[in-house]
Amino acid sequence: MQIKLWINDKEYVDDISPDTILLDFLRSKGCLSVKRGCETSNCGLCTVLLQGKPILSCSTLAVRANGLKVTTIEGIQDEASEFGGFLADEGAEQCGFCSPGFIMNVIAMKNELKNPTEDEIKNYLEGNLCRCTGYMGQLRAVKKYLEKYSDMKKGA
Amino acid sequence: MRYVNKPVRKKDAMSLVTGKPVYTDDITQGSSLVVKLLRSPHAHALIEEINTERAKKVSGIECVLTYEDVPESRFTTAGQSYPEPSPYDRLILDKRLRCVGDPVAIVAGLDEKSVDKALSLIKVKYNLLEPLLDFRKAKDNEILIHPEDNFVSLVEVGADNKRNLCSSESMNIGNVEEELKKCAHVIEETYHTKANNQTMMETFRTYTSIDAYGRLNVISSTQIPFHVRRILSNALQIPKSQIRVIKPRIGGGFGAKQSVVSELFPAIVTWITKKPAKMIYSRKESFTNGSPRHEAEIKIRLGADENGIIKAIHMYSLWNAGAYGDHGPTTVGLSGHKAMTIYNANAYKFDFDVVYSNTMGAGAYRGYGATQGFFALESAVNELAAKLNMDPTVLRMNNMLTESSVGKTMPTYYNEELKSCTLDKCLKKAKEMISWDEKYPCRDMGNNKVRSVGCAVAMQGSGISSVDVGAVEIRLNDDGFYTLMIGATDMGTGCDTILAQMAADCMDCEYDSIVVHGVDTDLSPYDTGSYASSTTYITGMAVVKACESLKNKIIDAGAKKLGCSVEYADFDGKSVCNIKNNESISLIQLANDNYVGSNNYLSASESHYSPTSPPPFMAGLVEIEVDKLTGKVDIIDYVGVIDCGTVINPNLARVQAEGGIVQAMGMAMYEDIIYDRNGRMLNDSFMQYKIPSRLDVGNIRIDFESSYEPSGPFGAKSIGELVINTPPPAIANAVYNATKVNIRSLPITGEKVMMGMLKNA
Repeated sequence: MQIKLWINDKEYVDDISPDTILLDFLRSKGCLSVKRGCETSNCGLCTVLLQGKPILSCSTLAVRANGLKVTTIEGIQDEASEFGGFLADEGAEQCGFCSPGFIMNVIAMKNELKNPTEDEIKNYLEGNLCRCTGYMGQLRAVKKYLEKYSDMKKGA
Repeated sequence: MRYVNKPVRKKDAMSLVTGKPVYTDDITQGSSLVVKLLRSPHAHALIEEINTERAKKVSGIECVLTYEDVPESRFTTAGQSYPEPSPYDRLILDKRLRCVGDPVAIVAGLDEKSVDKALSLIKVKYNLLEPLLDFRKAKDNEILIHPEDNFVSLVEVGADNKRNLCSSESMNIGNVEEELKKCAHVIEETYHTKANNQTMMETFRTYTSIDAYGRLNVISSTQIPFHVRRILSNALQIPKSQIRVIKPRIGGGFGAKQSVVSELFPAIVTWITKKPAKMIYSRKESFTNGSPRHEAEIKIRLGADENGIIKAIHMYSLWNAGAYGDHGPTTVGLSGHKAMTIYNANAYKFDFDVVYSNTMGAGAYRGYGATQGFFALESAVNELAAKLNMDPTVLRMNNMLTESSVGKTMPTYYNEELKSCTLDKCLKKAKEMISWDEKYPCRDMGNNKVRSVGCAVAMQGSGISSVDVGAVEIRLNDDGFYTLMIGATDMGTGCDTILAQMAADCMDCEYDSIVVHGVDTDLSPYDTGSYASSTTYITGMAVVKACESLKNKIIDAGAKKLGCSVEYADFDGKSVCNIKNNESISLIQLANDNYVGSNNYLSASESHYSPTSPPPFMAGLVEIEVDKLTGKVDIIDYVGVIDCGTVINPNLARVQAEGGIVQAMGMAMYEDIIYDRNGRMLNDSFMQYKIPSRLDVGNIRIDFESSYEPSGPFGAKSIGELVINTPPPAIANAVYNATKVNIRSLPITGEKVMMGMLKNA
């Protein structure tokens, strides 16, 4: 079946099998940052933005993105580098396999929540599993990143 | 030191955080055969007939392989130095199926759909055998898991396949029975730890192809590239010279990838078809047929005098190898040797049986057996403290290795001499950090909630003494930058980075002047691989030696250029100087000159092994909250203070510790591989097998009390495995301090706590 969608602001028209999963479709278009960590929508590795909102691309049919805009980390390299720098300065990327999905969700959170508390941060990011870091370094990085923006706001 | 002991960013950090395509599946995007397995639905069966004719006719199918198509000689998939202590008990495909999920047939085809269709068309007639699922009944059972005559054990580990024994040994130091008779207090209990899955985020995966020379090229997510080369050579019965193994970035390992898991199947497909092939394990396959932690039942007899001074320790470890013996004989050893060593006593006894059964074959998992041993021994020590009505931290201070033990010989640790230890300082600092004296044993918070604290200490090793070998090569390139060729495998832990930090300090150069490369068995110097907490300590020392050697060559070459003798030439990282007349030649000039009309290509390669495996130490204290109405346990705070010698990179060491502690919280509180009565794993997804999320872990605080290990690079010891050992016993201790319930069987579920409280009431 025919679908048309935008991946990172680039238009794609394609003929796909109806059971094509969005994750596989994105990888086939070169968005290799999108990772599969499970088959049960539990790990958050495959998180991408659909119309700016985080979704699990492993459990979304590609056809659901028909006519819509998909953003992967390939499309927001500057923002990813910025937050990623905070993560790297904690050593909290470790193996990095969960990083793209985690970072997409952090950026979605930054856009959605204003000055979130620690509990709100943890709740928002709960669906992003990580087996390397024990989450503490990720939390330190998120707080420092958000602090930077709250400082900017205070300054403004 | 400009870089050692500094929180330098990981070399690969920015690629990883921007989602660059650096993992196995990302760098092998061209067309390749999809490889999948038909797996056994039965825990114990013989293949009577297998018909693949219809499967082979499916459009797009390239090959279907059965036990008739594979070599008949057995091998082990355990990634260990040769000769491996793990018995040679496997075939790529076997007529005898020993656990649910054992491979029955390999199917390779152009796409997943045709492969799935072909898998459904393979007809198998099974001769069902009674499965042996309870490892407590395995030894000398009439059901044999490995009755085959070509079962072979290369190393004397007490293997006997006619008794379901993968390994069996016994060790005695002093007279435990005599000492126990004299003891005022004896704790005699049995502790049970379960099989756990590593659940690294990247599942097992391997890509194989044939290169221009007709050789088998293997790109695999592995911790052990050089062992993969040997194991594939054994399995396929082809020369090692015909195999090249490349390790790209890998998405975590934790020991799971210290075994060959996904490599065999695409490798044989490619070797037969000469076409590229790829196999990616599903999460479910990684659960049901991975290489989990060995389930263990450990009996302890611990004797002490009336003052709580430990006199004798006896441990008996019963170990479930499952269907295959990977890492069985070695993991079990750590359960006693690591755990008992931490306590001074007059007599020790350690014996064990590693038994085969019809559950999934186990493997290596961070901690490698020490984790099970420490749960048992630390729990027993806490029970001893309770019996004596003593603070368990005080009991430990009176019995464990401390800074004043340095110089002593450790009888249960292969008579190695303790050269560095600050465990007493670690425990003291951890107590201060968690305000132990104010919080011990518990506080009633009202509302049926009790907060309590718990305690454990642990150690690990640093590499396998007299076995592990790490080699590196360092080259001087034009313009004076260096390439550090590494055979050790960075699996996210950051070893590429910490080895570069060491090299930069050794060469007195900028960190960015060190380019790292690893791992490619055709190019990299030999390294046993990243396991056994060896990389910092073993490969790190190889870096120090190789840099020293290269520095001497640079001084030599500089002296020649300057026309002075070597003893007057000095190298400061930037130039070689004649100290007599202050004439100098820059490193850049020297390096560039070497590349034109010169026989002076400067490179040094050194390898390192260690006759000792210096233990790093840790004290782990936890504060929990127990709900007295439900038994539910919440972690409030975890404090870990660590002696890993010199900390090479404080950020990476801290994250190692935090990650290890959280992994162990999962093991302590809910992670549990369970089987139905037919031997099928019940909780084979993240839906059912829950690992800790960021809401489950409370707060974790890490600090260091660094000793200086004289035999380590810059005084360093290991950290990676040590950090997983304290949470299960510390949490169990906190639960006791809150409820007077001793949980001796992991995981510590609310249900067990509640039942214990009801029983006590």
